[in-house]
Amino acid sequence: MVRALMFIAALLGLSGGAAWAQETFITLASTTSTEQSGLFAHLLPLFKAETGIAVRVVAVGTGQALRLGEKGDADALLVHDRAGEDKFVAEGYGLDRRDVMYNDFVLVGPAADPAGAKGQTSAKAALQKIAAAKAAFASRGDDSGTHRLELRLWKEAGINVKPASGQWYRETGSGMGPTLNTAAGLDAYALADRGSWANFANRRGLAVLLEGDPVLFNPYGAILVNPARHPHVKALPARAWHDWLTGPKGRAAIGAFRIKGEPAFFPSAARR
Amino acid sequence: MNEIVDSFGLALGMVLRLDAALVEIVLLSLKVSLLAVALAALIGLPLGAALALARFPGRHALIVLVNAAMGLPPVVVGLVVYLMLSRSGPLGVMGLLFTPTAMIVAQMILVTPIVAALTRQGCEDLWAEYAEQLRSLGVGGVRAAATVLWDGRLALVTALLAGFGRASAEVGAVMIVGGNIDHVTRVMTTAIALETSKGDLALALGLGLVLLALSLLVNGGAQLVKEAMAER
Repeated sequence: MVRALMFIAALLGLSGGAAWAQETFITLASTTSTEQSGLFAHLLPLFKAETGIAVRVVAVGTGQALRLGEKGDADALLVHDRAGEDKFVAEGYGLDRRDVMYNDFVLVGPAADPAGAKGQTSAKAALQKIAAAKAAFASRGDDSGTHRLELRLWKEAGINVKPASGQWYRETGSGMGPTLNTAAGLDAYALADRGSWANFANRRGLAVLLEGDPVLFNPYGAILVNPARHPHVKALPARAWHDWLTGPKGRAAIGAFRIKGEPAFFPSAARR
Repeated sequence: MNEIVDSFGLALGMVLRLDAALVEIVLLSLKVSLLAVALAALIGLPLGAALALARFPGRHALIVLVNAAMGLPPVVVGLVVYLMLSRSGPLGVMGLLFTPTAMIVAQMILVTPIVAALTRQGCEDLWAEYAEQLRSLGVGGVRAAATVLWDGRLALVTALLAGFGRASAEVGAVMIVGGNIDHVTRVMTTAIALETSKGDLALALGLGLVLLALSLLVNGGAQLVKEAMAER
């Protein structure tokens, strides 16, 4: 019986194993927001057709992506937390950080808007309204780029959310999608990146209540993992990806990406 | 409720037109979980038999340990395997992180205690029956263990199926060590988690139905094997 199982397994191995070994690939640690928006499904085939290099995306929160880079478990990063990115490069883990693209964050919440966040001119004021009303707020709580921004916004609004955690402030400790699922289920407010929101199918009663505040700017940066720190990283193909993504072709591909007819990411201005 | 209705249609559609992405994911899921169970059997069957037959100090403690390890949390196993296989970990030079091999290792660790514990139980019951007879025939040690394993093979199929159920259903370990990379390490459970993240609940549930059907097929196949063995 064991032999029969092994035999079946070997058959499966033969059918699916060959493709993994030979192709040139790099590992890109990136964020759930870019993966779930569908951007990679649009970009990677273009890059592969041109260079033959496959890009294997591990989509995690920005905090975890940076840690994967620190440990040498990725060759390149595409993340969104400028402070964390600069620290990563300053500590010698990363090289050549470049602006890639940007979009923005939106404050979503129940369309009935019990806290009166809609119509506020700033994210700060809207958050203060939510806190004053003790209206349910679903936070990522996962040290992602979105979570880090959200914490900065609460701080600027002068609100300490720690004591409210588990009360009206709900930390889901999960990705953007699961957090939006939670918000939809609880009729809670949440901060979301536009890409994930645009591609999110389970909105139920949620709607965008606030957008356009400059503090909601969401820039993405590309970083190479430093081969001096981790000699095993695939420096050359990673460099090819880095140059392509931030070069004219990558920028054009990012600009051409649409979710339901709407642009989701805007390529950053060309490098000088 | 609409999602539940839609999911049946989606699942049926994917299966009927042999959706290429689905076939790829199903094959990888089967490959990873079946290999993990096969490796777990190589360790778990002899270990279970040894625990049933051998008498040595610390045996009871080891049995408790193996039984407790049936409840290993997949996320914790995934994390430990990740730390081992990370480039900064002791086995990092092998470059196995984010590969199907890493997923097989993680699932093997989850499944081995299940196979070992259920094997021990099955063998112990048989050993109570056989011990005297085998001893009188002068059969001991490895040959006695092999005899008990062979005569208990029908029960062992169930042990392996329980292991397969655990492996194919878990998401925590393979998500961490596999990374849910499209076309490389995406399996049924991580695909379901991803579609749930996107809020596409109908597609996620549809994939879940396919996974259930798959489990049904594997168990049905095992039942046939069992019956064939019983007739002999």
